[in-house]
Amino acid sequence: MIIALRLGLVAALLLAWELASGRLVPEFFVSRPSAIAVALANYIQDGMIFFHMGVTATEAIAGFLLGGGAGFAAGLLLGRQPVLADVLDPFLTAFYSLPKVALAPLYVLWFGIGIEMKIVLAATIVFFLVFLNTYSGVRQVSREQLTILRLMGASEWQTMRMVVVPSAVSWVFTGLRLSVPYALIGAIVGEMIASNRGLGFVLSDAAGQFSTANVFAALLVITVLAILLNMAVRLAEKMLMPWQHAGNRREFSV
Amino acid sequence: MDWPVTMLLFEQVDMDFSANGRAVPAVRGVDLAVEAGEIVTLVGPSGCGKSTLLNITAGLFAPSRGRALYNGAPIRGINTRVGYMTQNDHLLPWRDVLGNISVPMEIAGLSQARKRERAEELLSLVGLSGFEKAYPAQLSGGMRKRAALARLLAQDPETLLMDEPFGALDAQLRLLLQAELRRVAKRFGKTVLFVTHDLDEAVAIADRCVIFAGRPGRIAEVLPITLPVDRDLFKLRFDPAYNELCARLWSIIAPELASGLAASQ
Ligand SMILES: Nc1ncnc2c1ncn2[C@@H]1O[C@H](COP(=O)(O)OP(=O)(O)O)[C@@H](O)[C@H]1O
Ligand SMILES: [Mg+2]
Repeated sequence: MIIALRLGLVAALLLAWELASGRLVPEFFVSRPSAIAVALANYIQDGMIFFHMGVTATEAIAGFLLGGGAGFAAGLLLGRQPVLADVLDPFLTAFYSLPKVALAPLYVLWFGIGIEMKIVLAATIVFFLVFLNTYSGVRQVSREQLTILRLMGASEWQTMRMVVVPSAVSWVFTGLRLSVPYALIGAIVGEMIASNRGLGFVLSDAAGQFSTANVFAALLVITVLAILLNMAVRLAEKMLMPWQHAGNRREFSV
Repeated sequence: MDWPVTMLLFEQVDMDFSANGRAVPAVRGVDLAVEAGEIVTLVGPSGCGKSTLLNITAGLFAPSRGRALYNGAPIRGINTRVGYMTQNDHLLPWRDVLGNISVPMEIAGLSQARKRERAEELLSLVGLSGFEKAYPAQLSGGMRKRAALARLLAQDPETLLMDEPFGALDAQLRLLLQAELRRVAKRFGKTVLFVTHDLDEAVAIADRCVIFAGRPGRIAEVLPITLPVDRDLFKLRFDPAYNELCARLWSIIAPELASGLAASQ
């Protein structure tokens, strides 16, 4: 039922767009769904779009893993070492306040215009989101559960493995889920600034040729990539935290 | 014949907690010696410091005044010689029942096979066989208590601190576990501190029953439970000496309850 309503909404919007284009708004600015479909079909037939999609996905995923891993490690460390966290706080806040894409020109100088620069840019953005979430997750670990483990004679490493990490992992995933679009931002902005491949390049290339239909088609492909990455994170979340939906399988009661 | 060893010694223990910057007295002048291998039950109205004494024994905090000695030495920091089954079960939500029971055995470094075997034993003891793969969120309150009990027994500590462990259980299972606790404790010489609101239980499993009173809490009376060491818990109901002791305990507690009620009105 909901799905039917959604499809109806999409159909209505597309129809309105098709009709308005060239009549109410110049086609140059908004293109039209039929033209976009043709542009998309051309992209797919040509096959190059899959290469570009692969490049962007590689950059985003590598940046995501790199930034996520570093953010997770830093969050665990600082979460368990409050003094270190206090010392570093102003520096982290300063760095956090900096819009990370502003680092792109610097990264071009450091890493060139290859894939590395996009990976590092995506990783820098992802790092902070995952770090901050891991850090709050670690700070919110139940002191009672930690104490219970210590009464059983657990070492710091054992409490880390059995309590801190699993307890923080739902926060980590919140950070990771938030990170998906930002990893893509890093990769695509990097490509738009300096590259001859990737969806960011396709996008700026289409815009450079004033082909609005191609711009919209590229945006669609980017959206599809974002949805795929989102689904991958959700799948990993389900597999790594089976207890999270275990509670949902129980009948609701108060 | 070996001499009784004092496992736990409270000497003039006072405990204050600070609330809004003011010291609020919680426990006053507690003197108590618990021998190794002794089962001591603690009863009394809530808020009279029973859990506080267990917390001090576990080393979660030190007395404000007086001394608390474990095995002859002052308790400093977390006391890993005790196993503590707190009022809340504190199971780890991300581990299933089997995983939760395995925690103390993993810490002790038991082999995979030994862990598995011991966990199966304990699960059937507490009546949770078949629930190995269930997560705490899927269990009822009573089942969670049973899992926490199995975890405590898996830890196999020298001293067991148990804070209202059987409160949420049905009568049959409770009797079964009381008997099992006494059997295990006596067989392996465990020292047990056991808080309960159930006066029959306080008599049935105890070698001695400590009765608390008032706010701030203090020990009102200590009742030696003069029942045989190898008593049969399933037949106690028909034992005149047991019924006598329960009546005794009730008569000590009842005025306490009445004055507590009057105070709260
Ligand atoms: N961690 C704590 N912080 C502050 N006050 C506490 C704390 N633990 C216990 N108290 C207070 O000490 C008194 C005794 O509590 P407790 O030992 O839990 O009683 P019981 O277990 O006999 O019901 C109560 O008034 C309680 O509010
Ligand atoms: Mg209590």
